[in-house]
Amino acid sequence: MNNQHTYIDHNATTRLDPRVLEVMLPYMSDQYGNATSRHVYGRSARQAIERAREQVADAVEAHPSQIVFTASGTESNNFIVRGIAALHLDKALAISAIEHPCVTKPAEAMRQIGCRVNTIAVSANGLLSTASLQSCLTSPTSLVSAMLANNETGVMQPVAEMAELAKQHGALMHTDAVQVLGKMPVSFSDLNVDAMTISSHKIGGPQGAGALVLDKRIDIQPLMMGGGQEKGLRSGTENLAAIVGFGAACELIKNELKMRSSSTQALREQLEAGLKQLGASIFGNSVARLPNTSFFAFEGIEGETMLLALDRKGYAIASGSACSSDSTEPSHVLLAMGVEEYLARGALRVSFASQNTSQEVDGFLLALASELTRLKQMTAIAV
Amino acid sequence: MTVHTPIYLDYSATTPVDKRVAAKMIPFLTEDFGNPASRSHSFGWIAEKAVEEAREEVAKLVNADPREIVWTSGATESNNLAIKGAAHFYSGTKGKHVITVSTEHKAVIDPVRELEREGFEATFLQPEPNGLIDLEKFKAAIRPDTVLASVMFVNNEIGVIQDIEAIGNICRENNIIFHVDAAQATGKVLIDLEKLPVDLMSFSAHKTYGPKGIGALYVRRKPRIRIEAQMHGGGHERGMRSGTLATHQIVGMGEAFRIAREEMATENERIHMLRDRLLKGLQEIDEVYVNGDLAHRVPHNLNISFNFVEGESLIMAVKDIAVSSGSACTSASLEPSYVLRALGRSDELAHSSIRFSIGRFTTEEDVDYTINLMKSKIGKLRELSPLWEMHLDGVDLSKVEWAAH
Repeated sequence: MNNQHTYIDHNATTRLDPRVLEVMLPYMSDQYGNATSRHVYGRSARQAIERAREQVADAVEAHPSQIVFTASGTESNNFIVRGIAALHLDKALAISAIEHPCVTKPAEAMRQIGCRVNTIAVSANGLLSTASLQSCLTSPTSLVSAMLANNETGVMQPVAEMAELAKQHGALMHTDAVQVLGKMPVSFSDLNVDAMTISSHKIGGPQGAGALVLDKRIDIQPLMMGGGQEKGLRSGTENLAAIVGFGAACELIKNELKMRSSSTQALREQLEAGLKQLGASIFGNSVARLPNTSFFAFEGIEGETMLLALDRKGYAIASGSACSSDSTEPSHVLLAMGVEEYLARGALRVSFASQNTSQEVDGFLLALASELTRLKQMTAIAV
Repeated sequence: MTVHTPIYLDYSATTPVDKRVAAKMIPFLTEDFGNPASRSHSFGWIAEKAVEEAREEVAKLVNADPREIVWTSGATESNNLAIKGAAHFYSGTKGKHVITVSTEHKAVIDPVRELEREGFEATFLQPEPNGLIDLEKFKAAIRPDTVLASVMFVNNEIGVIQDIEAIGNICRENNIIFHVDAAQATGKVLIDLEKLPVDLMSFSAHKTYGPKGIGALYVRRKPRIRIEAQMHGGGHERGMRSGTLATHQIVGMGEAFRIAREEMATENERIHMLRDRLLKGLQEIDEVYVNGDLAHRVPHNLNISFNFVEGESLIMAVKDIAVSSGSACTSASLEPSYVLRALGRSDELAHSSIRFSIGRFTTEEDVDYTINLMKSKIGKLRELSPLWEMHLDGVDLSKVEWAAH
């Protein structure tokens, strides 16, 4: 199924790389031990998990002991925000205005039990404002959280600089790097952050595995308590096959990162040249972005309407993050950047992977142009 | 038929994924890979449809409404969500006292301990020596401010089945939210949530031939039970649990639970026969003690203490069988099982216990091999044991005063 469809929504989720599946398959059949068991079934499961831990650590320039496996990026983000705030209810959280709901909503939950939450503002070009972080940090702050690149605009954020500021003020620094891994180099040690979120299904790995890269010296309250897996930081039987797949997907990044970023960047340039001719406003394109992401809008055209029209023509794209495409609220990221609501409502996101082709971009632009004409005619009739 | 060693007799720790389950999962790992929350394109719709079909299968096994099933990453998360989520939601109106049992899984005990740190009070009921709860003691533990009780359906170490219906009725009469950890129960005992007075119930896929990393929480709709989310984000699962769902794992859980529903009657009969065969064989060894009630017990479990054998050497000696010497989740430590100690077993007997758990792929040959192995190894270990010699000489070891050195 879906063979006729062109999938250009890779910031939402990616196709599992067949080479990763190959590595996972034994762990869905013969290799089924519980990694906590002491017999040979358990020990070989444990070895596989530790191997994956090394592969993941290697991909983000961290030490294997800094990798805490979780079930998803969402869980990692909830874990760090709630886990730090719960131990410092008297201090504030500084959360960027462009975070994914799985950072802002747990922060909101902590606010309801008495924790102060300050917002780091974003500039019109999509960059977070370090000046705004400075003023947030005038209140005693436990944790600063800012994504390494935004999932909608793709704009790369000044996280290393923010980490420096956070440290000067005695706050911990967390970055959600889910969108960057596999697209641009990510270095936990160079960024000098205390915690970093990554996820498997955004990099050609399976759904069901994520990690929080965490400085071991940090005190944090676990989200999931029980059997004491992951050194007590994340209880629950390890999702063996998914973790093995996550490791394999990380291993592939090593050799392919350059190829992936240059090939997707070429596709994006081709796309945006066409978009400009069609009169699109492209968001965040004056600053450094993820190579694969383009976020744009056409004045007077509803994003949702265009999305469905394009899906019928065989192109799967997004209007914002998949998690909020249930609602018709305009993108909170664009509103925070000061984009007018009527234009924000038209926002569409295309996110490439290296499997996509130049022909697909041509086809997409043609489909887009014809739908634009049709929708404009309909609007004209309605007026 | 030849026997492949080590023989896997640790089905309570985890089960292999049934081949039929794996076959159903694979397409969702390859072509149908959409994010079920992507409402805008057909990749997402296909994933969403598969997720909803799986939800129906999970609901059917326990006779619930699919809308009462919330996906989680496993039973540990379900237990954490149920216990912390319900205690927080209802503590304002009802109070801050929680009842549970000292033989629960750590994934229940630790969240309850966390509630204690937050200012709740908790009663940890001691079970009877057979592992079952005395209903009168349960009633006596109830206070006006008791908000929540959590009792597991089937114990992971000794396999005993609690009287969930009776305990649930007591909770109803006292307006207490009742949570049941059923991770070890699915496919082993009949669960009918239309009849059972249970408000919240935790499930796991990988204990029932499904994949690891996926579980569910049953949240009753009538009367409606509310819980405070422990994980926030995109608002998946009607706000009770956010996070991108692993479609292939959900599909796997649905298929595993479908198979369980269709095959559990015949399968359990066969497993019961194997367990009885194992028990009969092992009882030919002197000084063995079954831990936990035999009548109120799932057929899959046999937990036995071998007296006059040292625990660690026992595990070393039986390398040809993969078994557990306590719950898998605590076997990293050398503490004797807290479950067996709660039954009143001495540290020595707790240490020298083995949990044999039988499952779908266990054969009669596996069982016979195990019996012979145990007989020969226990015999050899005891030959080396001065304690066994003293016992044979008629010395009552419990009365011996050992000199320190």
